[in-house]
Amino acid sequence: MSAALQARGLFKRFGGLTVTDDVSLTLEPGARHALIGPNGAGKTTLVNLLTGVLRPSEGAVVLAGEDVTQLPQHARVRRGLARTFQINQLFPEFSPAEALAAAIAEREGRGDDMLRGVGSREPIVAEIVALLDRFDLIADMDRPTHTLAYGKQRLLEIALALACRPKALLLDEPAAGVPESERRDILSALAALPSDVAVLLIEHDMDLVFSFAKSITVLVAGRILTEGAPDAIAADPRVRAVYLGEDEHG
Amino acid sequence: MSAREAAEAARVARHLLRRRRWRPLEIAAWAATLALILLVPSRALLINEILILGLFALSLDLALGYAGLVSLGHAAFLGLGAYTAGIMASRGLADPTLGLVVASLVAGLAGLVTAPLVLRGTDLTRLMVTLGVSLMLGELANRNSWLTGGADGLDFTIGPVLGQFPIDFAGRRAAALYSFAVVFALFALARRVTRSSFGQSVQAIRQNRLRAGALGVPANRRLVAMYGLAAAYAGAAGALLAQTTQIVSLDIFDFHRSADVLLTLIIGGPGYLYGGLIGAAIFVGLRDALAGATPEYWEFWIGLMLVGLVTVGRERIEAALKRFARRLRPAPRREAAP
Amino acid sequence: MLTILFDGVAYGMLLFLLACGLAVTLGLMNFVNLAHGVFAMGGGYVTALLMNRAGIPFLATLPFAFVVPALVGVVVERLLYRRLYGASPLDQVLLTIGLVLMAIPAFDYFLTDQPQQIHLPPFLQGRFELPGLTIGAYRLFLVVVCGIIAATLQVFLVGTRFGAQLRAAVDDRRVAAGLGIDVGRLFAVAFAIGSGLAGLGGALAADVVGGVDPNFPVKFLVSFLIVVAIGGSRGIAGAFFGALLLGVLDVAGKYYVPSIGAFVIYAVMVATLLIRPQGLFAKSGT
Repeated sequence: MSAALQARGLFKRFGGLTVTDDVSLTLEPGARHALIGPNGAGKTTLVNLLTGVLRPSEGAVVLAGEDVTQLPQHARVRRGLARTFQINQLFPEFSPAEALAAAIAEREGRGDDMLRGVGSREPIVAEIVALLDRFDLIADMDRPTHTLAYGKQRLLEIALALACRPKALLLDEPAAGVPESERRDILSALAALPSDVAVLLIEHDMDLVFSFAKSITVLVAGRILTEGAPDAIAADPRVRAVYLGEDEHG
Repeated sequence: MSAREAAEAARVARHLLRRRRWRPLEIAAWAATLALILLVPSRALLINEILILGLFALSLDLALGYAGLVSLGHAAFLGLGAYTAGIMASRGLADPTLGLVVASLVAGLAGLVTAPLVLRGTDLTRLMVTLGVSLMLGELANRNSWLTGGADGLDFTIGPVLGQFPIDFAGRRAAALYSFAVVFALFALARRVTRSSFGQSVQAIRQNRLRAGALGVPANRRLVAMYGLAAAYAGAAGALLAQTTQIVSLDIFDFHRSADVLLTLIIGGPGYLYGGLIGAAIFVGLRDALAGATPEYWEFWIGLMLVGLVTVGRERIEAALKRFARRLRPAPRREAAP
Repeated sequence: MLTILFDGVAYGMLLFLLACGLAVTLGLMNFVNLAHGVFAMGGGYVTALLMNRAGIPFLATLPFAFVVPALVGVVVERLLYRRLYGASPLDQVLLTIGLVLMAIPAFDYFLTDQPQQIHLPPFLQGRFELPGLTIGAYRLFLVVVCGIIAATLQVFLVGTRFGAQLRAAVDDRRVAAGLGIDVGRLFAVAFAIGSGLAGLGGALAADVVGGVDPNFPVKFLVSFLIVVAIGGSRGIAGAFFGALLLGVLDVAGKYYVPSIGAFVIYAVMVATLLIRPQGLFAKSGT
């Protein structure tokens, strides 16, 4: 079985600056992989390269065995690649239900239907309800998104990505900006992600990383420093020096 | 599915479908307009004008309120539709319904062709490009007077609708009824389209293009389609204008027309389909009411209204109106969780 | 042919005078001021009224044609425009269209809608005949006056501290503010000068366009926008060459190829906006 998502020798240069330097990554189906690194390491750039927002200067992106490097973002989404954003990117006027309906309609190829919506389709409504339930959004399902609490919005961000039924899911700092009181919801949402989806988690919150990930890649200045199991990474002196060493003394 | 899930599914479905049903107020408004045409034939001309301007503003709403594309040159499509309908009539194709269909198609095609120009650049670029395009069309119409009658305007007579109902000078009320029928049908269609998955995806693009792309929406394709539809609607309005007034002249491409329809829509409010019609009623109504008192100066008051609207803040006024409207609507039934 | 060229240059210089204020406003404050033509019209009316009702000679009215619109500009900027500097272009367009809609009937009401004729003093009428070239006295006057003003503006922008501050603020407003430049006052002064120049241009244009009438702002709005689109809004040099290009194209077009007319000009504007949004003459890169 082919990998869910692969980066093969990705380079990204802006003029004389190399932001992504020979990055290769493999996500197997069902993976729980984390990407960590100091600020400015190029983590979000890598996500943008994988999703198609940016074109690589060199290298390839392979999704479920298919080379998608030349495909625009929306085409990759259709083939099963979804992401969340570091800062919420939601539809302020839509309710969570409407937003999820739009996502599912697109996935089902109904986005071009100029005459019908999805509100009368029972299987789709059932799927919306399931997603709302899973992310504890059912009580707020009909309110405009901009009226929701930030933590709820963050959950909707993840729900929307899941509504695409992705093979590979890229989560860009899902806990960023979430108040301490609502952090637990994010944690349990991550733990409850479908087991067949390959997940790449980018995070600064080390508790989240170590409780979630089965393998970790460390990115520094655009290059991969090392990768491996969480214990190995936590014990690696280079990683401690570059990243964890900043927080812990002695 | 458990009983709780079934209940939630019903709630979600009802929420998603809530805008489908025609509200009593809507039906009453349309019925009242029809009644007005039938019972007060002396005002038929005025109502006809409101309907046509309303349709034109509705077409701009599709582009601006739903697709989020500003335009200072929407009159280009109005003019294309009007001239197409007029030219067809002057060449002997007298049935207005045929002219209406062809005019819409021509304008819609022009919309699809110019859409890529409009998708590039910032809002400011868009404003100037759309203005430029409408002026170019005006010049083309001016230069090709063998086709358009040039500065003298087009000379034509219009035949009866479907061969049965004369709408020329002999049939003022019939003309208003014809416009009403067309506007209502097009409105109902637009209502359907904006609530459809396509319409929702276009609004998603307007609200957050980045997120829409991240959900797999091919943004440019959808925007082009919506812009083409908006252009076709404007063409239909142009055809109605030509057919019910038997006048088509070069000033239809003027900046003034594009500016007028923009403020008509803004006065009524973009993004909910009725804004164009309400704005048209206010615009024409105000002009009519002030015509007796201060004939040429009525535009001063429209200008003042506009300045006031923008200075106070359209969002704030919109939010206040929404709060007011919510109080009028009956509270949604909430089923208690078992 | 040279006569046409000369006439085109004269018209272009006039357009520059009229439009440079708009270029500065757009480039400096990113503010779409569609009411710019109203200030031009105002200047024209000041001159016409002073001449026709108070008997003041043409040249003596010109300073007033500058000052009155400049002062009005300051008031309008403080009261209204200031609130919308960060607003969307659409809101700015709506506000300024609203002002135009208010201004035209107002002018109409207080003055008649008959175009006010401006009768040039005798020494500005007449023409000089040279081999192959006919120079109208007034056109020559325009070229000289506008040329002097353009040169003065350029010197002002490049040579004075205020000019340097203005250029800095156009380049990057936030950095300029961070350097301690009073950007608000800069805007007010720049806007006043731009409006004043428009007023002066309106007064000077009256003879060329057949009198001052309330429809001037709308009739010429498009020309102003074209100058700004083609010339770019980064500085006045672009506006200068853009205006010259437009002036020559317009006059030559009307004379040589009346069948194409304004179409070419509009097409050039659209093409420029799509290919080089920063204008044909501006330095590349925003």
